[in-house]
Amino acid sequence: MADPLVMPHALEYPGGYTRSVGPVIGRFLTGLRDGRIEAVKLADGRVLVPPTEYDPSTSAPVEAEGAHWIEVGPRGTVQTYTWVAEPRAGKHPLTKPFAFALIRPDGADTALLHAVDCGSADAIRVGLRVAPRWKPERSGHITDIEAFVPLGDGEEPEPPAVHAPAEDEQPVTGITTPTRLEYRLTAGEATARYLEGLGHGKIIGGRAPNSSDVYAASRGTDPISGEATSIEEEVQSSGVVTTYCVVNIPGLSDLAPEIPYVSAQILLDGANNTFFGLIRGVEVDDVHMGMRVKAKWADQLKPDHTSILWWEPTGEPDEEYDRYKDYL
Amino acid sequence: MREVGIVSFVQSAVARDDRHNETEMLVPTIHAAIDQSGIKKDDLGFVCSGSLDYLQGGPFAFVAGLDAVGSWPPMRESHVEMDAAWAMYEAWVGIQSGEFDSALVYGFGKSSPGDLHEIMTLQTDPYYVVPLWPSMVDMAALQARAYLDASGRDEDDLAEVAARAQRLGEANPYAVRFGDVDAKQLLAQPVTHDPLRDADIAPITDGTAAVVIAAGDLARSVCERPAWIRAIDHRIEAHGLGVRDLGTSESTTIAGAAAGVGRGRVDVAELHAQFSHEELMLAEALGLDGETVINPSGGPLVSNPVMSTGLIRIGEVARRITEGEAERGVAHATSGPCLQQNLVCVLEGS
Repeated sequence: MADPLVMPHALEYPGGYTRSVGPVIGRFLTGLRDGRIEAVKLADGRVLVPPTEYDPSTSAPVEAEGAHWIEVGPRGTVQTYTWVAEPRAGKHPLTKPFAFALIRPDGADTALLHAVDCGSADAIRVGLRVAPRWKPERSGHITDIEAFVPLGDGEEPEPPAVHAPAEDEQPVTGITTPTRLEYRLTAGEATARYLEGLGHGKIIGGRAPNSSDVYAASRGTDPISGEATSIEEEVQSSGVVTTYCVVNIPGLSDLAPEIPYVSAQILLDGANNTFFGLIRGVEVDDVHMGMRVKAKWADQLKPDHTSILWWEPTGEPDEEYDRYKDYL
Repeated sequence: MREVGIVSFVQSAVARDDRHNETEMLVPTIHAAIDQSGIKKDDLGFVCSGSLDYLQGGPFAFVAGLDAVGSWPPMRESHVEMDAAWAMYEAWVGIQSGEFDSALVYGFGKSSPGDLHEIMTLQTDPYYVVPLWPSMVDMAALQARAYLDASGRDEDDLAEVAARAQRLGEANPYAVRFGDVDAKQLLAQPVTHDPLRDADIAPITDGTAAVVIAAGDLARSVCERPAWIRAIDHRIEAHGLGVRDLGTSESTTIAGAAAGVGRGRVDVAELHAQFSHEELMLAEALGLDGETVINPSGGPLVSNPVMSTGLIRIGEVARRITEGEAERGVAHATSGPCLQQNLVCVLEGS
C-alpha cells in the first residue's frame, strides 16, 4: 500500500481575528492603555477583575459607567501557577521560559490570568507577590501588561511609562488577535484513490457493493446508505452541465485568474453525483444547463485538483433535461 | 418521565489514523452500533452527533459525518459542537418529549492532525485569555496546583492515578497508552507542565463512538438488559478561570446531587478525567467511595478520542450493566477548560 496522502493545512485569519469589545471590556482595556487595572464592584460587594458585562453569579448586567468602577492593584498575589518551559513563538507573551499564573490584584476578589517573568521554575510559588511590567507603548490589549514580575518586600512597582494620547484618541472599542493553527490532514483511502487517479489523467470514483450508484471524488461512503464505497469505478472525464454560476468576484480560484468566469456542477458520464469545475473555451453568456463538456487536462499531471484546468464544450448536442433533472 | 435505555454501544480508537478520513473512520462504528441495536436504520427516530470543526480546521466539517449514516431520504438530525455525551442528552430530551422513540448518537474526531492543546485555547475568553495562548494543559496545570493546594494531596497521588490507569488500560483494546507501571516509575519522569507529567495528561487519540438509545418497550424488545438512563443533569461554571474556585468541581457536585448519584450504591463510575487530578476531583465531587470501581477501562488517561470520550464513559458503564457486571453506575462527561461544564448520568440495569 502506498504511503498515506497527507496535506499541510493552516487555519488562519489574515491580519488577525478582529473583535468588537463592547463598553465594559473596552473600559478595562482603555484602563490598561493608560497603565491602570480597573475592576467593578458587584452587588454582593465582590470586586471582579477582569470585568465582564454581567455578574458571573447572578447574570445581572454590569454598567460601563458608575461608582462601582474602582482601580485595583497594581500589586497582586499568585493564586496558582504552572511553568512554561518551552514558550510558543508568536503566541505566548514571552519568548523565554515563564510561568502562567492566576493573579489576584490587591483590592480584588477574583484573579486574572497572565504571565509571570520570574526567571526560573524555582522562583514561582503560590502567594508570591507580583506587579505588572507595563509595555512602554500600549494599545488597549491584555498584552499591554508584558508580564507580571516578582516584587520584593517593601519594593515599589515600576510605574507605567506615561501614555501620551493622540489628540483624537477614543476609548478602546476593538482588539485584533492573530490566530494561526497548523494541521497535517489525511486524505483517507477513497480521496487518495481519487487524487492518485488525477495524477494519471483519470477520474476515479467509488461504489458501495449493495448499490449501482457511482460517486466521483467519493469521500468514502455512499451518502444514501452510509455504506463504504469500497469498489473502485472509473468515470469519464466528460459530462453535462447541470447548473452553473457566473462569478464576478476576483481572486476566488487560482485556476481562474480573470473575471467573469463560470463555475459549474457537472454530471460526469458514468457517475451518479455532480462534480465541481470551471467552464472555459466558451463565452460566459453561452454557458447553459444541459451543455456537454469535457475536461481540459494539464500538461503536467499531479495528484491534486490542478490536473484538471477547466471544462470546455464538446460540441455535442445538449442533453435532455430528464438526463440530469434528478441532480439539481 | 419516559424510560430510556442504551441498547448498543460501539467505540474505536487509535493513536493516529493516517489511512482514513473522519467519515471513513466513522463508517464501521455507526454500522456496528445500528446492527447491534436490533433497530433498523430507517426506523431510528433521530440522529445526533458531537464533534469539533477546529479539529479538522474547516468550517462545517461535521456535515461529512452524516455521509457515514446515509442521510437520504432526509432524516431528523442534529449536531452539537460538544462531546457526544451532550448529543445523547439532546436525543434523550427528544425521546422525553415524545417526538420519537429511538435515536442514534455518535461522536468522532481526530486529535492527531493539529495541535489539540492549542486548538482548545480557542474555546476560552477571546479578550482576556486567548491572546495569551495558555494551552489546554497549561490551564489544567493551574487547576492541578490549585487542587493539590486545597486538598493537601501531592504529586504522588497524581502518579498513583496515572499508573493505575495504565495498568487497567492493558485490558482495554481501545487503550493507546498502557503498561504495567507503578507510581514510582512515573514519578521518575520529568514534570512537563508543573505539577503534571506526560502520564498525567490524556494521550492524543483519533476515534469514534456511537450508541443507540430507545424508549421503554422498544428497548426491552431489542435488548435483553438495556442500561436504563435514570437521570442526567449538567451544570456549568463561570467563564473566567479567575472567578472560579479551581480547587473543587462545584458544578459536578450539583449535577451529581440533581441526578441522585447518592441515592443508591454505585458499582461503577466512568469519569471524563483528561488529567490525573481531575479523576480525584470528580470522585470527591460525586461523593464516590471505596465501594465504587472508578474508570475500570483506564479512562481518558489511556484513550481520549476527543468529542467521543464523554460518550464512551456512558457506553463503558452501559456495557457493564448490559453484560450483568454492574447493576448501577455513574457516567460523567466534561466540556470546557478546567472541568468548566459537567454532565452526570445515572444508569441502572433494572
